[in-house]
Amino acid sequence: MCRLALKTANEPFSPFEVLQAMEAMQEGYDGSGLGLLLRGLEFIDFKYNSKNPVLSGIAHTEKALHRLNDFMQNKGFELKYDHEFDVDISRIEAGDRHKYFLRVYKQPSPWADFSEQKIENELMLTRLALRRDGEEHNGDLTVFSFWPDVAMIKEVGWPLGVGKALGLDADRIKSRVCMAQGRQNTNWGINLYACHPFFIQGIGTMTNGENTAFIPIKDWLTGTHYPGYIGYQSDSEVFAHILHYVIKQLGLPLEAYKHVITPLKTEELLDHPQGDFLLGLRNVCRRLIIDGPNCVMGTLPDETCLLVMDAKKLRPSTIGGKPGEWAMASEMCGVDAMIPDRDRALDFMPMREHTIIVPPDRQEIKIWSQFDQFPQPQAA
Amino acid sequence: MVSIRSIPSTPSSLTPNDLPWIIKHNEERCTLCGRCTSVCPVGAIKLSYMRKRMPRIVLNSSERGSSYKTFVGIRQRTDPAHRCVGCGSCSMVCPNEAITPTPNSNDDRYRFQSAQKGEPVKRGGRRNVPGASLLDRIIFNRISMLTDPALDAGRHEFQLNTLLGRVLPPEEFLRRKLAGEWIPPVREIFPFIIGSMSFGALSPNMWLGLLQGVAYCNEVLGIPVVMATGEGGCPPWVLKSPFLKYIILQIASGYFGWDEIIRAIPDMQCEPAAIEIKYGQGAKPGDGGLLMWFKVSKLIARLRGVPEGVDLPSPPVHQTLYSIEESVMKMIQSLSMAWDFKVPVYPKISGSTSAKAVLNNLVRNPYAAGLLIDGVDGGTGAAYNVSMDAMGHPIASNVRECYLDLCAQGKQNEIPIFAAGGVGKNGNITQNALALIMLGASGVHMGKYIMQAAAGCLGSERNRCNVCNIGLCPKGITSQNPKLYRRLDPDQVAQRVADTFMAIRTEMKKIMAPLGRSQSLPIGMSDAIGIEDKDVAERLQIQYIC
Repeated sequence: MCRLALKTANEPFSPFEVLQAMEAMQEGYDGSGLGLLLRGLEFIDFKYNSKNPVLSGIAHTEKALHRLNDFMQNKGFELKYDHEFDVDISRIEAGDRHKYFLRVYKQPSPWADFSEQKIENELMLTRLALRRDGEEHNGDLTVFSFWPDVAMIKEVGWPLGVGKALGLDADRIKSRVCMAQGRQNTNWGINLYACHPFFIQGIGTMTNGENTAFIPIKDWLTGTHYPGYIGYQSDSEVFAHILHYVIKQLGLPLEAYKHVITPLKTEELLDHPQGDFLLGLRNVCRRLIIDGPNCVMGTLPDETCLLVMDAKKLRPSTIGGKPGEWAMASEMCGVDAMIPDRDRALDFMPMREHTIIVPPDRQEIKIWSQFDQFPQPQAA
Repeated sequence: MVSIRSIPSTPSSLTPNDLPWIIKHNEERCTLCGRCTSVCPVGAIKLSYMRKRMPRIVLNSSERGSSYKTFVGIRQRTDPAHRCVGCGSCSMVCPNEAITPTPNSNDDRYRFQSAQKGEPVKRGGRRNVPGASLLDRIIFNRISMLTDPALDAGRHEFQLNTLLGRVLPPEEFLRRKLAGEWIPPVREIFPFIIGSMSFGALSPNMWLGLLQGVAYCNEVLGIPVVMATGEGGCPPWVLKSPFLKYIILQIASGYFGWDEIIRAIPDMQCEPAAIEIKYGQGAKPGDGGLLMWFKVSKLIARLRGVPEGVDLPSPPVHQTLYSIEESVMKMIQSLSMAWDFKVPVYPKISGSTSAKAVLNNLVRNPYAAGLLIDGVDGGTGAAYNVSMDAMGHPIASNVRECYLDLCAQGKQNEIPIFAAGGVGKNGNITQNALALIMLGASGVHMGKYIMQAAAGCLGSERNRCNVCNIGLCPKGITSQNPKLYRRLDPDQVAQRVADTFMAIRTEMKKIMAPLGRSQSLPIGMSDAIGIEDKDVAERLQIQYIC
C-alpha cells in the first residue's frame, strides 16, 4: 500500500521535511519510488514570478533534451530559469537519467490575448505534445507537469534516498504545498507515469488503496475524448481526472467531488436537504463511482488542499496542524514528523462522509460532511 | 412371410423406441390406481385391457388346447400426437415408483414425423441445445488481494442495484436542473428482472404468485425487484393497485391488453416501473407473439378484447413500422406522453447483428430509456420449433459489441443495455448475469429461469415437456385450465420467488466481494472476467485464461 504525506504552510518549506515524514511511515510500503508535487514555489537562486509556467520532467537522453529545447522554442516559449538539481547520479537506481528538468518559461507573447481557459488548455496540450513526443521516441522524454507554480518529480527508489540524490535536502527549492507518495506502481511494470501524484491542469491528487472500478471509470473518461484524459498506467490516475472533471468541466464546487466518487446511499439521499439533486448527480456520474478502499489527497491551483476517504478504508488518514500550517498523512506518525508541535487532540481522522478542505489561508480546516447542505445555490 | 396389409404399418408408425421419451413401466409394482394416465398432459399412456394366450398341452381331446388370460396394464401411445414429452408427471404421482419416462438413447425417429397435417412443430421452451452455455464458461478471475484485503460478503454493505431509464450526460443534467427542465425518469431496481411473460401465457396462479413474491421482495426484503408483463396486459385490479410500480408493462405488435391499460390510467395509484415496447424476441426473432387458442379463456379473452378460443398471433412487426427510426420515435414518445414523461420507455429487440443500428438510433432519441436485447437462448410460451432452434444471435457478443460501441461514444451511462436469453439456463443464474453485467449489461431479464426456480417448470433443452403452448402445463404454470393451474399454490410460488432473490443477492455479494466491488454494480468491469477460449476472448475483448 502506498504511503501519502501532504504538508501545506504559509511559509515555504523544504520538500525534504515531507520526505522525512515518508521515512517515518516506512513500515508497510516497499519504498519502490517517489512522487513529489510542489506548489507555491520559491527558489534560492531565482526570483520566480508565479504566473510563469514550470515544466517538470526527465530527459533520458541528450537528444531528447535537444528536441525539448527546439519544441519549446518553436512554440514561442522563452526560458527564464533552468533549475539545476545537485544530482548524485550514483544514488539513482535507474541508469538512463540524462537530466531532471525543472524549467520556468515565459508564455508566448500572443497568449497575452488568450482567455484564461484557452491558456489552461494550451498549457495542457503542450505537456501532452511533449509526452507524446517522448513516447514516440522509446520513452526518452518524460513530462510530469507544465503549469504555473507547480513542480513535479518522480523517480524509482527509496523516497529519502531519491531526495538526497536530487539534493532536495539543500533547501534550494521550497514550496508552500508539498505532496509526496512513496511507491512506484508495482502492480504492473515500472512506469514513471504510473507514479502518483497525478496532475492535470493545476489539479493534483494522490491515492492509496486499490480502485477496483478502474476499468469502467477509465472507459467512461476515455469516452469523453477530452485530450487530457489519457494515460491510466495506474488505477489511481482516474481520481485526478474525476476531480478535474467535477471542478473544471462541470463547474461544481469541491464538495461535489465526494458526492461523485462515493455518493450516499439512496435511503440517505432521500433524507438529504438536496436529495433530489444529489440523486440525479449520482445517476449521471454513476460511472465515476470509485470502489476502494481509497484515501485521496489533492491540491488545487489556489493552494486549497483536500483529503477524502471511502467507506472501506479501514485505517483512516490523519490531518493535524495549527493555523498557517497543516499536514495530512496516511499514517499518524507521518503527521507527527511533519508538524510535531501541534495539539494532537485536535487531529482529525475523516470518516466516509467527510471532505477535509484546507483553504488557501490555512487558518483552519473545514470538515465538510456529505450529509450537510450542499453549497451549490442551484441545488437549493 | 405375411402380406403387407396384415401389418399395421404407415409412414408415421412408430414404436416406443422411436420416440424421444420411452415410458418404463414396472407392471409388478403397478397398483393400477390410474393416476399416471389421468395426469399425463398429452395422453401418452393408457390403461388398457389386454389379452394373452395361455398355451397348454392337452392330452384329452375334449378340451381346447389353449386358454386366454385378460390383464390390465399401462401402454405407451406411439402416434406422434400422443408421444411422451418426458415431463415425468406420471412418475411424480405414482404411489409405487412403478413408472417413469426415460430419454431415448437410440435414434429419435419422431422428429421426421412431427409435422402432421402440414403443420410444423410448435412448442414452448428454449432453443434445444443442452450443455454448458458460453456464459457458464466465463469465470471471474480478478481477485482483489494485491493491495487490499478482499471484502467480506457477509459483513460489508453492497450497492447491488442498477438504473433503468435514460440518464443524461452530466453537463446536460446540470443545465436542465438549473433551467428547471425535464429530467428523464430513472428507476433504481434490482438488476435481475423477471422477464416478460404474459398474463395469458402464464396461469392466473403463477402470475399472482410472482406478483406476491415481487411485492414481498420490495416491501419486506428491500430488494427492488420488478417484473415485466408480456404482451396481453395486466388484470385491472393490478393496474389500479400500488403494486403497479413493480411492473413493467409491455406493448407489442398485437397491442393486446392495452384497451384495459389505457382505460385504467386515470385510476392508477402509481406509475408502472417502465414500459417495454417489444419489437423482437430472442426465442422467435422476426415473429410476433403467439397465444394459441387452447389458452384463450374467458378471462384472457376479456383482458385482450378478443373472442374466446381463437389463436392470437401478433403480427411480426408493429403497424407503425415504416422505419425503425420512425417507429421507435413515435412509440416511445406516445407512451412517454401517456404517463406525463414520468415512466421510462424502452424497446426490446431480439439479438441480431443489426442490434447496434437500433442502439445508435436510440442514442439519438432523447426519450429512449434503454435497450433490452433478447438473445437466441431466450424462452417463449409458443413458437415454431424452427424459429426457436435456428433463429437469433447469442447474447454475450451482442451485448458486448453494443456496450463497446457506447463506450466509444462515451454514452455507456446514458442508455442502459439489458440482456436476456438463456440467463441461468443451467441454473447458474448469478454467474451468468454478472458475466453479462461485466460485459456491459446493466441488468438481465430472466423468464424461464424464474419459472423453473419459482414454480418447478419441468421444461429443458432436451425438449422435455415444452408444451407450454397447448395449455396443458403439468405444473399449472402456463395453463388457463383451472384443473391444471389449481395445482400451483400462489403462496408457494411467492415463497420461492423470495427464496430465489435472496439467494441471488447473496451470490452477487459472493462474486463481487472477492473482486473488491461493493460501491456500485460492476457494469463493464471487463478486467474481472476471463474465458478458456482464445477466439471468444478475442471477440469479447476479455482475458484468455488457461
